[in-house]
Amino acid sequence: MINASEILETINMINQQHLDIRTITMGISIRDCGDPDVKRCCNKIYDKITKKARDLVRTGENIEREFGIPIVNKRISVTPVAIACECCDTEDYALFAQTLDKAAQEVGVNFIGGCSALVQKGYTTGDRRLIASIPEALRTTERVCSSVNVASTRAGINMDAVAQMGRIIKETADITGGMGCAKLVVFANAVEDNPFMAGAFHGVGEPECVINVGVSGPGVVHSALKRCKGEPFHVVAETIKKTAFRITRMGELVAQEASRRLGVPFGIVDLSLAPTPAVGDSVADILEEMGLESVGAPGTTAALALLNDAVKKGGVMASSNVGGLSGAFIPVSEDAGMIRAASSGALTIEKLEAMTCVCSVGLDMIAVPGDTSAATISAIIADESAIGMINTKTTAVRIIPVPGMDVGDRVDFGGLLGTAPIMPVNRYSAEDFIARGGRIPAPLNSLKN
Amino acid sequence: MRAIVTVIGKDTVGIIANVCSLLAENGVNVLDISQTVLQGYFTMIMMVDVSGSKVDFAELSVKLQERGVQQGLDIRIQREDIFEAMHRI
Repeated sequence: MINASEILETINMINQQHLDIRTITMGISIRDCGDPDVKRCCNKIYDKITKKARDLVRTGENIEREFGIPIVNKRISVTPVAIACECCDTEDYALFAQTLDKAAQEVGVNFIGGCSALVQKGYTTGDRRLIASIPEALRTTERVCSSVNVASTRAGINMDAVAQMGRIIKETADITGGMGCAKLVVFANAVEDNPFMAGAFHGVGEPECVINVGVSGPGVVHSALKRCKGEPFHVVAETIKKTAFRITRMGELVAQEASRRLGVPFGIVDLSLAPTPAVGDSVADILEEMGLESVGAPGTTAALALLNDAVKKGGVMASSNVGGLSGAFIPVSEDAGMIRAASSGALTIEKLEAMTCVCSVGLDMIAVPGDTSAATISAIIADESAIGMINTKTTAVRIIPVPGMDVGDRVDFGGLLGTAPIMPVNRYSAEDFIARGGRIPAPLNSLKN
Repeated sequence: MRAIVTVIGKDTVGIIANVCSLLAENGVNVLDISQTVLQGYFTMIMMVDVSGSKVDFAELSVKLQERGVQQGLDIRIQREDIFEAMHRI
């Protein structure tokens, strides 16, 4: 039988340390919804999503109530629209985004991902149309998230796509006041079963419908580390592993339960430490607890490497299927500690770039001056893609050039997306570098066959 | 199905009676109770069986929570599985 201290420990984690299930994400294939007729295609997509996800929110709320664990978000990911709607006879793919938005609203989810294209090696007609429609898609929808995969370890980096995404990000920022860019991710090595937004999409190797769960809990790890002040690193790693194990077990339980109740197969648990702007729910706090005066100080990359690895080691044994991004997220605007460090100048984009070599994703939710050029944004994407390509890991860029704002200003995205100080960007130009286009070939470590 | 009821708050007369009568009214059987008072804070943990409950779990949870608010207590009910999952391999 479970003893009293274990029960109280769990309740304390939920009450005081912000332990929660960050998201239950239902992946839905819309590959069978393609139709040359636009209207018919949109209707098929709408009908399929609203039918499959009809009970998603209610089921999530019931589990939340019965187990007493908050499930913060219920979300949906769909097959990349560029693939599913390719046979459709239209240039305007924003229509599909609007359909997704309407379906998301109908079933009550706060985000729907999959307004996406995979162009690491080149564009198809659908990819080209989708990417061109992204700014309009994000301007005219509220809940739709968009992502584009521009590089992979096996394919190299599509520098034409990198150059175009710089322009698309600028255009999206200009017509949405920056907000649209918070829902637009550029990936290298994108994963097909990621439940976290804004980068979630339902990969082509995935089943018809699947339940993926993202757990969180930076506050719990932070509290556990407070109890081992001054101890050597193997103790720190052990403590993180044990904590990650517990968090993930809870995620596994919720995932299995949601899968059973919805009659949809369980996909994976993504054991990411995902911060929120709330005090005590910060990844930066964990790194500082290890002995850094501020996140961004020398030592930050090593601290993050330990954290990221220990989270995975603890989590893998706790779940039958671990997947998604799994590790530690370092979004600037969504983490109170990161915001503090970026505001004080302790944390720079260059240091964040180094941190992305060892964290689970990449440069995330970074606000930069509105006059940052498209070429500079493309070059930042190229750097991040190179890190992902060479290190066989997922990297991403979610950067927001906020119109009319400069270093020293602050932008508020609201809710979970948080607040970000405008961070300075290196002012030297990469214009000619980006103008070359073409492809950076796949690195040698991909030729394993 | 078994669940855990936790009651945390300032110690006053009749807490146990109050919670137990609410559970009894709703057909919930109490299997085990442990309680302590830590620095003036009352902490009670009950193992209950809700299979004979007259109301569904969500409603029972709301009733307990409301009763708690009236008495200045934090009362919650959670399925036992969550604690098992987290603390047992």
